[in-house]
Amino acid sequence: MGMRKVAVVGAGMTKFMRRAQETGKELSWQAARMALASCEMTLDDIQAVCLGTAPDAFDSIHLKGEYLSDGAGAWGKPYMRSYVGGGTGVFAPIQGWYHVASGLFDAVLVVCEEKMSSFYPHAQGAFLTIFDHTTERPLKPNLLWIFAMEMNRYMQTYGISKEDIAHVAVKNKRNAADHPCALLGNPDITVEDVLNSELLAWPVNRLDVSPVSDGAVALVMVAEHVAKRVTDKPVWIQGVGWSLDTAYWTNRDLAYPRYVEYAARMAYEMAGIKEPRKEINIVEPYDPFDYKECHHLEGLLLADRGQAPQLAIDGVSLRDGDMPVCPSGGLLGVGNPIAAAGLMKVAEIFWQLRGEAGARQVPGQPKRGLAQAWGDLMQVGTVVIMGTNP
Amino acid sequence: MSLLERYPNAPGAWLGELPITSRYTAGLAGERFLRAIKDDGKIMGSRCDRCGITYVPARQFCERCLDELDEWLDVGTKGEVYTFTLLFENLDGTAREEPEVVAFIRLGDGGLVHKLDEIHLDDLDIGMLVEAVFKPETERQGSILDIAYFRPTSP
Amino acid sequence: MTSKIKVFPGTPLREVDFKEGKILYRHDEMNGQYAWDTGIGIGSYLAALKEGVLLGSYCRSCRRTVVPPRTVCEWCFRPMNSYIPLKDTGTVNTFSLCYITWDLKRIKEPEISAVIEIDGASPLHGIMHKLGEVDPEDVHIGMRVQAVWKPADEREGAITDILYFKPIKEG
Repeated sequence: MGMRKVAVVGAGMTKFMRRAQETGKELSWQAARMALASCEMTLDDIQAVCLGTAPDAFDSIHLKGEYLSDGAGAWGKPYMRSYVGGGTGVFAPIQGWYHVASGLFDAVLVVCEEKMSSFYPHAQGAFLTIFDHTTERPLKPNLLWIFAMEMNRYMQTYGISKEDIAHVAVKNKRNAADHPCALLGNPDITVEDVLNSELLAWPVNRLDVSPVSDGAVALVMVAEHVAKRVTDKPVWIQGVGWSLDTAYWTNRDLAYPRYVEYAARMAYEMAGIKEPRKEINIVEPYDPFDYKECHHLEGLLLADRGQAPQLAIDGVSLRDGDMPVCPSGGLLGVGNPIAAAGLMKVAEIFWQLRGEAGARQVPGQPKRGLAQAWGDLMQVGTVVIMGTNP
Repeated sequence: MSLLERYPNAPGAWLGELPITSRYTAGLAGERFLRAIKDDGKIMGSRCDRCGITYVPARQFCERCLDELDEWLDVGTKGEVYTFTLLFENLDGTAREEPEVVAFIRLGDGGLVHKLDEIHLDDLDIGMLVEAVFKPETERQGSILDIAYFRPTSP
Repeated sequence: MTSKIKVFPGTPLREVDFKEGKILYRHDEMNGQYAWDTGIGIGSYLAALKEGVLLGSYCRSCRRTVVPPRTVCEWCFRPMNSYIPLKDTGTVNTFSLCYITWDLKRIKEPEISAVIEIDGASPLHGIMHKLGEVDPEDVHIGMRVQAVWKPADEREGAITDILYFKPIKEG
């Protein structure tokens, strides 16, 4: 395709917190500095900066791209904020990828930040603003409506129970107990705990949902010749994909995320992957709600339609299973500072493929992983495939 | 009727609002910067020796090299008016009889945007030296408004 | 690298840190008041609602009827061909029983939000609204429902001119 090879060589992240004292700028700086330090690079080595952050309303700051620029290391550099809702965290590294793959830059810093605690007392008010102002918002919708309704349609279409899906929340919150940055890790949580947690919007209970959080994550992405200079363990971007469904969410198949399939097929083709279930060792699909992990695994063609919950029930998707899913602990366990949460998934694949994930390390020296996020008004899919081979 | 026409009796606009209320933490550097104003009546900067910049308000890190800034310094309460404007309207669009004077006051390599007072409009000048007038200690809350305004002074 | 690093940056706060004045913070409010132009498609939709009609639009090349109406077909990117008055009945595509309001107040009786596929629109084409006059226990996907309108003289050209959808009694 005439593109250059691109490697991830460094990553950094802050704790994911319910309320951080740091400003968004300071969170961005902490993650950016850590990412640079991890590959012994400095800001002088960086030629461009890509920032990802979700709607301005969540940080209660307008021009968030501009506001976060100093913490992201953008002073005097080509800089742009990209934004595709919840899909942003996996889109920002795609932006970083084409910055380098195109030959325009040799080294790029990718930073994703969210400080949702600024929305006070309730971030729900900000979510109201994602609905159509004229035809939907007068009904006073709650963000939970849209997730609960999608989950209900998914369950009904395939005959899945709440209990089936709760296994995903249990797996991810248990995995998160090994993540030093996690907000909701719990090694002892059970399916009963999830089912008995507070009912918010049937079929969604409290523990089916990831927590709003503050945090930032950063990556350093470089061209091949730089990668060879700075590390002997580069992790290569093998494929990227992204796709959007109709702007009218009530005009869509709610049981199957076709837009994720389109994004995945684009990435698989670029990576030369013919049989994703055999060729992908670790998956970090987007899991703001437990059913979303299942939804996305099916859209990624890693599970048959309606069969994804079985992967958690049978232990296939556990950290030591045949296809570990969300070994990080995911959004359900680590936390959901929106854009940062997506980039955390890419960072997790980076650490896993380098064998540096500590207590979270997936056994068997995985060679290839996939991170995926999803967002806008339930309509965008973003996919990155990474591997130890270029 | 044609799809490119609006129904004649269609409402022109839908009125609404974004109900957004916020709580902002001062942050790591902001906490220290505002406490110095509140407790000591001091304006603090932070210094990056490598890049040769004194940031005011003080920041936690240098935006040019991302180094953490450990060196904090009192930059004094006097600075030059770098530029100013006269506001003849309030925020809600109503007219003011006397203009409000807002200036950018250079402190270190940065500075503060604040109000000027105790000043004759004829004397206003770019480059004039002004000093911070603090609220009484008991009224300070750890806010930039703990500085009531700046007024002309001499070196 | 996570395996080597023991302490990650970040300073978590508790709610009491704010209450007890341990840290400095500031409350603010966005003064965001807007007048959103209704545009052609949605302007017509609202005008029709005032007359007690749910309006869609039809694309001849895609043979698709969508609701709410729009002027351009997003699939073939041609102008839509005509407005189509739809029925005010439909089928529940999905629903939720929500025990929390948009501003996080807990409620005893759930609000029942639903996506309703409107009769006359293409399959899977629905709108979001609420259900009423129904026991939450009885709501199910596939349930047939009908709009309950505000009295004509109280309608203002808004989606809330439909109060809710209620079940159509079968048989």
